[in-house]
Amino acid sequence: MSESLATVSYLGATILFILCLGGLSNQETARRGNLYGVIGMTIAVLATVLGPHVGTSGYAWLIGAMVVGASIGLYAARTVQMTQMPELVALMHSMVGFAAMLVGFANYIDPVASAHMSGAEKAIHEVEIYVGILIGAVTFSGSVIAFGKLSGKISGNPLLLPARHWINLAGLLVVIYFGREFLRAGSVGEGMTPLIVMTVIALLFGIHMVMAIGGADMPVVVSMLNSYSGWAAAATGFMLSNDLLIVTGALVGSSGAILSYIMCAAMNRHFISVIAGGFGTGGGTPAAAGAAQPAGEVVAISAPDTAELLREAKNVIIVPGYGMAVAQAQHTVYEITRLLREKGVNVRFGIHPVAGRMPGHMNVLLAEAKVPYDIVQEMDELNDDFPQTDVAMVIGANDIVNPGAQDDPTSPIAGMPVLEVWKAKTSIVMKRSMASGYAGVDNPLFYKENNRMLFGDAKKMLDEVLVALKA
Amino acid sequence: MPLTIGVPKEIAPGEKRVATVPEVVEKLIKLGFAVRVETGAGDAANVADDVFRAAGAEVVDNATALWSSSDIIFKVRGPTAEEVNLLRPGSTLVSFIWPAQNPELLQQLAARQVTVLAMDSVPRISRAQKLDALSSMANIAGYRAVIEAAHHFGRFFTGQITAAGKVPPAKVFVIGAGVAGLAAIGAASGLGAIVRANDTRPEVGDQVKSMGGEFVTVDYQEEGSGVGGYAKVMSEGFQKAQREVFAKQAKEVDIIITTALIPGKPAPRLITSEMVQSMKPGSVIVDMAAEQGGNCELTEPGTVTVKHGVTIIGYADLPSRLAKQSSTLYATNLLRLTEELCKNKDGAIDVNMDDEVIRGTTVIKEGTITWPPPAPKLSAAPPAAPAAAAKPPVAAKSHGHGKGGSPMSGPAMATLFAAAAVVFWFIGANAPAAFLGHFTVFVLACFVGYMVVWNVTPALHTPLMSVTNAISSIIAIGALVQIAPPVDPGVSRPDEWIRWLAIGGIVLATINMFGGFAVTQRMLAMFRK
Repeated sequence: MSESLATVSYLGATILFILCLGGLSNQETARRGNLYGVIGMTIAVLATVLGPHVGTSGYAWLIGAMVVGASIGLYAARTVQMTQMPELVALMHSMVGFAAMLVGFANYIDPVASAHMSGAEKAIHEVEIYVGILIGAVTFSGSVIAFGKLSGKISGNPLLLPARHWINLAGLLVVIYFGREFLRAGSVGEGMTPLIVMTVIALLFGIHMVMAIGGADMPVVVSMLNSYSGWAAAATGFMLSNDLLIVTGALVGSSGAILSYIMCAAMNRHFISVIAGGFGTGGGTPAAAGAAQPAGEVVAISAPDTAELLREAKNVIIVPGYGMAVAQAQHTVYEITRLLREKGVNVRFGIHPVAGRMPGHMNVLLAEAKVPYDIVQEMDELNDDFPQTDVAMVIGANDIVNPGAQDDPTSPIAGMPVLEVWKAKTSIVMKRSMASGYAGVDNPLFYKENNRMLFGDAKKMLDEVLVALKA
Repeated sequence: MPLTIGVPKEIAPGEKRVATVPEVVEKLIKLGFAVRVETGAGDAANVADDVFRAAGAEVVDNATALWSSSDIIFKVRGPTAEEVNLLRPGSTLVSFIWPAQNPELLQQLAARQVTVLAMDSVPRISRAQKLDALSSMANIAGYRAVIEAAHHFGRFFTGQITAAGKVPPAKVFVIGAGVAGLAAIGAASGLGAIVRANDTRPEVGDQVKSMGGEFVTVDYQEEGSGVGGYAKVMSEGFQKAQREVFAKQAKEVDIIITTALIPGKPAPRLITSEMVQSMKPGSVIVDMAAEQGGNCELTEPGTVTVKHGVTIIGYADLPSRLAKQSSTLYATNLLRLTEELCKNKDGAIDVNMDDEVIRGTTVIKEGTITWPPPAPKLSAAPPAAPAAAAKPPVAAKSHGHGKGGSPMSGPAMATLFAAAAVVFWFIGANAPAAFLGHFTVFVLACFVGYMVVWNVTPALHTPLMSVTNAISSIIAIGALVQIAPPVDPGVSRPDEWIRWLAIGGIVLATINMFGGFAVTQRMLAMFRK
């Protein structure tokens, strides 16, 4: 295959990737979108392998490597639980990051890559290598920590070192200094030391950055790492002068950046403050918890009474949160939904953008439980309908239904858009205890007169509700 | 020594309610109190003495003995002069008092050196809703008003198409959408009538709709909300516009239910004699403000009259006409108040004047008149709360070009453009042509990504992440081209090292490639209608 033919193939792959992302604009076209992505990827890989840059002597190696990778990937994709999606995605980001690092190093020690370069061209090439490895390393270590936090292997609490912003700043300065050293290096051997030092610092920086971020900010972190993995690919593209890599990396990078932005907007927080870590920077202690203790009393309700309320309702909105994922309660939720819909109850789901641990997490769980997607709605779509709703059921969510965000300007989550469940005739909150949510803010919803608390494990309580409904 | 709660029989003529019911007696005893009930107190509300006994109350034959032996008296109606004299000095009385309307009663009670909690003076704050007896009575009255109207109205409420012909639904017009008005709207629409309602407070329109009514507005700009969620007196211009609306409605509807009250003022006259004349014969007016003078000019408080062929119901005792229900709710309101007074559940009460709810309810404390209370700190609904500041901040400074949302301000835009111009100039001045080509592609691709991704539905954000993840494994190409490139002879190349690094890269990237697409496919297959 000639150089030109390979380039045209790359162009085709690029278009297919854009169509792939475009296909996700709604559920009907999404599967076709994924198919476009698969075709695009196949074309790109084939064009590369058959193209002028890969000699036949490498075929055995690369086919072997791809078979190994493909079997691991397919196995993981088949066995992963839908509740573990955030972990899987984080782990996959780390692989892109690591691959970018490896490619960067390989490219640096390869004399062929920079054989015909000199002057500014060579300097730019080396900067590209340096930056590519930097982004790759940060993505890699950050994603590994995110994976650890999401899978519960590392505590979800933010780790806040003293003077952590200064540590980061010092790291940045060291990286810049070694970048200069790296550009001055005459030979590959000389340049290796600054390159490795920078890699180590970048890895530590990635770890430090994600360690400082708490559990509920994870949607931002996961989408940010998604963005980074894209920029890593784009940087590699610059390094190899490969437009396909640049375009794809830019697509992925901007996609992740937009997701991060949406998540931040949904929490009414600045991207910088999320990345800087630590909610309210109060050392992880509940912020302003005692300041505005909502007065009133909490009324508990039993599972049979909940079933009774649901049976008599005409309009029900269910608001799921991370607690539903933890308790694996989505299938029971679906059973209840199905039963109620058969009785003619209008059941809908209200999804807050940051519910769960990654963007769209709740939608995937509900889809897995066979909940039809047309009754799963966004916050903006149904927030106005709560006054006409008989029962709003909150399953394992807290901050996203906190009326304090609207009423109490001193609340740490003030201004965050929330689902207005308290406007429903009755709201039922399923929760294990009265503990406050991630933000450490007491929730005035629990003390509202029309609110009932159903204490207990979400799965167990929902099973009881289901039994009572069937009876 | 636990305190004794005494519940006398109501002596006001026609009063059928009683201030406690057996279920509440049990709970009061659990709080540590002893409960004594006068014999026959619950008869009119269908509660026999034996049931009170079974619940643990002591039934006392003699009213005088009951009054003199009780530390706390629970009553519905305010006491008569004789009853005041029966009160033991130092004891506590809980009942409706209406201190504004009954200053003499207040003086008499104060002279008796007692503590008095007025159930009509419970402050209107969220925390006190559970002991708001006015609301629970108004709810019952609203329901009963519809039942009374139906009783006097010669037709069905609901429309029907029968073999014997078509029956049009009754049209009901409710004036005043407070608790009573809303209850009336709910009851009437429950019976199948077409319900319209009017209120001077525009914000109750949604509540009217939620109860199944249609909100009729008066086309005149004036805010009608007073302190504490009550209505206030409106201007002359508004009243004129309002009368026109009412006159029009009077001609159309079959039933008018009026509930308009302004605290501390006589009821506004809203339905004139001419409006009554214009109504169809057989129509019904229920004037729920009869006790305060009536919203209708022709109302005769306490009775039913027929004027111009229109039945005008002026009962002032609507809650009492549903005695069992109103006794149960009132007793529960009293129980909630008792819980507030007796936080330790030890059968003793503490009239804590620092507690906003108890402060507002208490009109006489140990012989000293404490009415009226200071203004409530918070009204039930803060007037026109400023729209929640839920606007997202200006685009977060995310990496790349993922900015979006509301348009930027002019200066911010200019700064951004200036910064971009400087960066572009720097790159243009220094970078070689080959790099610029790639740079162009990069910037354009960022914009394409930006445009495409904003269209992705939020429900598919997780699949979006996994598919972008799969796509970013395009980095495999970077590794593929390094595994065995055509090498010019004579160039020494550390083949082993590069090969293993590249193989590592390929393995990692293909895990991602296959895993990412496969898991996306699996997820998307789950989304179904």
